[in-house]
Amino acid sequence: MQFGLSEEQELIVSTVRSFVETEIYPLEDEVEKLGHVPTEMGQAIKQKVIDMGFYASNFPDHVGGGGLNNLEFALLERELGRGSMALTHFFGRPQNILMACKDEQIEKYLTPAVKGERMDALAMTEPGAGSDVRGMNTTAKRAGGDWILNGTKHFISGGDHADFFIVFVATGVDDTPHGPKKRITCFLVDRGHPGFEVLPGYNSVSHAGYHNVILKFEECRLPDAQVLGEVDGGFEVMNTWLYATRITVATMCVGRARRAFDYALTYAAERKQFGKQIGKFQGVSFKLADMITEIDAADWLTLASAWRLDQGLPANREIASAKLYASEMLARVTDEAIQVYGGMGLMDDLPLARFWRDARVERIWDGTSEIQRHIISRDLLRPLGG
Amino acid sequence: MKVLVPIKRVIDYNVKVRVKADNSGVELANVKMAMNPFDEIAVEQALRLKESGGADEVVVVSIGPSQNQETIRTGLAMGADRGIHIEASHDIEPLAVAKLLKEVVTRENPGLVFVGKQAIDDDCNQTGQMLAALLGWAQGTFVSGIEISGDKATVIREVDGGLEHLAISMPAVVTVDLRLNEPRYASLPNIMKAKKKPLDSISVEELGVDVSPRLTVIKVEEPEARSAGIKVADVSELVNKLKNEAKVI
Repeated sequence: MQFGLSEEQELIVSTVRSFVETEIYPLEDEVEKLGHVPTEMGQAIKQKVIDMGFYASNFPDHVGGGGLNNLEFALLERELGRGSMALTHFFGRPQNILMACKDEQIEKYLTPAVKGERMDALAMTEPGAGSDVRGMNTTAKRAGGDWILNGTKHFISGGDHADFFIVFVATGVDDTPHGPKKRITCFLVDRGHPGFEVLPGYNSVSHAGYHNVILKFEECRLPDAQVLGEVDGGFEVMNTWLYATRITVATMCVGRARRAFDYALTYAAERKQFGKQIGKFQGVSFKLADMITEIDAADWLTLASAWRLDQGLPANREIASAKLYASEMLARVTDEAIQVYGGMGLMDDLPLARFWRDARVERIWDGTSEIQRHIISRDLLRPLGG
Repeated sequence: MKVLVPIKRVIDYNVKVRVKADNSGVELANVKMAMNPFDEIAVEQALRLKESGGADEVVVVSIGPSQNQETIRTGLAMGADRGIHIEASHDIEPLAVAKLLKEVVTRENPGLVFVGKQAIDDDCNQTGQMLAALLGWAQGTFVSGIEISGDKATVIREVDGGLEHLAISMPAVVTVDLRLNEPRYASLPNIMKAKKKPLDSISVEELGVDVSPRLTVIKVEEPEARSAGIKVADVSELVNKLKNEAKVI
């Protein structure tokens, strides 16, 4: 076993951390107050990342990406996790699923996404279909040689800055011994396409400035050329390419927890009460010990799951464990960091209250904690016939 | 033209430096280290010169233990072409550093040396000047602007009350100041290439320089903590205090 990083990996970590500390941290308060990222601000970050050759680093070299493997990408995202999500969104990491592009889709979607010319957003969730993806009611029906889309998607993260959307819709129903099962197809839809509307989403308590949008399809006509992957093959592209996105949530939780922890650690060494540093009181010092132990545990769990993907080993359960544990760890660590600070931890003068609010969504999106537990236990019980 | 950039590995500028319990120096164990920020500016300037066609090779050189190779790799990841590591196990004083660098200059024959005006650890601000003197080269110090044409360079120095423009002949040693440029981040393609770029190691002995310390450190102490100031009600109270308490006027 080898737990060290290579020189390249060390440099990736130190470069991205330095970028986040220098370019992202100073803008966070403004974005928090504004509630959005001004276009020029987002563009400026994006341009710097493009110049650094870090844009689309999750894509392979041969399509113009940075060619990082899953482990390296997890390390990069861990460092990004320290910063505001609204801002690090512009440290572009397009959806890997665009690798399924073929023919003219490559020139129209994949290449511009990798170059940072067009931004994408993924649309799966619906008001009536959250964890139950197959319960979706947005449909595409054949009309001549084309498709007609109808329905509504919501919670589409980053959709306010997206130029096109990767949308999953139901294209039919199969009768199976377990009852009817919807067939799913993935479409590429451009902003501004007739019959397709992007509406503002809801205000969220987590990640101010990182917006969700609502997508409305009304008799929206799309040709076959807009199908990503195969017709009725939505689940295949989903499983091939979206399998690893939970690592993103896990590793960003680790980065943010580490930032919150560093605040608590520094404060425990500086703040004096009853004539000594509060870190000298076991009530505080043991909190720090528990926090860092949990952060390290989540870090290794996450990196190990990314490493398994790189080795071509089964990783579904491990990724689920990492996402589950890291997101729940972040809730505890941000809560305890505030406890170490006392009242000041709740004030807007420090980012701790923000970390605490932001932490809440991590246990929900990309598969709730309950769904992750379901995946883990199913993986264990299935071989035993359970 | 080749540009040589000496870079020093120092405690990261974000780290709160602590004095060792035995007062023999500052704590370096488990402390984050990084390239001296002024040397980063020197690397950046060399890279810009190369990109504008004014130089064809940028070589970074660092003196110290094996960990200095990480600092060299950072320079290579920023875009430098080649690295030289001079292995030294203990702290080398500025004059010895300048002598070692002189040997490197003799071997490498660069047309220009860019170096930080000082290192943020000991703030000596001596190496560049000593190197220029040992080489018998021109020097431009505390440089916040530079233009090169042919074998002449015009440098801008920040001095009290304004900017001084000086013409110097090449080859020269130029020590760089904060406002010269904003150093770039390492780029991902350069990070991936850095490991493949040549990095030669030379021992101090090979360069035949006596690096034994000439200075003895007696004691390293934290500066005295500043006590809180006071607010005065008006000018007459201020004058009174300056005259009778501080006794400075």
